[in-house]
Amino acid sequence: MGFSEIMTWAIGILLVSASLLSVVRIITGPSVLDRVVATDVLVSIVVCSLGAQTALVEGSSTMPLLITLSLVGFMGSVAVARFVARDRDYPVDFDEPDTVEEPGRGEQA
Amino acid sequence: MTWTLDSVTDVIGMVLILCGAILCLTAAIGLLRFRDLLTRMHAATKPQVLGVLLVLCGVALSKEGGLHIGTLILVGVFQMLTIPVGAHMVGRAGFRTGQVAPSDIHLGPSKDHADASRGDQAVDGQTPAREDAAPEDGTS
Repeated sequence: MGFSEIMTWAIGILLVSASLLSVVRIITGPSVLDRVVATDVLVSIVVCSLGAQTALVEGSSTMPLLITLSLVGFMGSVAVARFVARDRDYPVDFDEPDTVEEPGRGEQA
Repeated sequence: MTWTLDSVTDVIGMVLILCGAILCLTAAIGLLRFRDLLTRMHAATKPQVLGVLLVLCGVALSKEGGLHIGTLILVGVFQMLTIPVGAHMVGRAGFRTGQVAPSDIHLGPSKDHADASRGDQAVDGQTPAREDAAPEDGTS
């Protein structure tokens, strides 16, 4: 098992686990905007995966897919963020106890 | 393993792609562990710009032939052009729908900004009135 095989497996495992974790955030994200951010991360992970596949596999032709994804990938987030209203699965409470509040941050104007 | 130029560039390209993959995993972990919209956006920006650029540099180093260099530069330029637009729209929507803590943003000494950042008037996507944003009263 040479160096390139080990690197290929490591890159594949990292990208697959990253996409699974961002899919978890898409499923459990409390608001639509969290899901949109996670979807953007998933799009960039797909771009990274296609680039890695271009580099590691001989004779692959995924360059048009890369251009298309990098051009179109932001339109979904723009459209959703343009028409989003206030909807969360539960109301956000900014006064919860674990909120880190620096002293004197509010009146530093 | 003889160290020719091709093998050296292959190894460097693979290491760069591995760094991009590590950044992707870091962003996914940050998406899961951070608690706020702005911190999640902060974590999400890392693979979108630096990760993709590292992977593109790795592809450019490990593929032989020069025809794909222009395509890779185009992909990087498009990525850096479009990602700030989406991030700006998401951040603005989060601000208007009241998902950003008022202590997380500093808008100036005006009292109306504190009211606007709470998002009470902005449920239907309307911009809160901010005509009085211009004059600074010298206390900043």
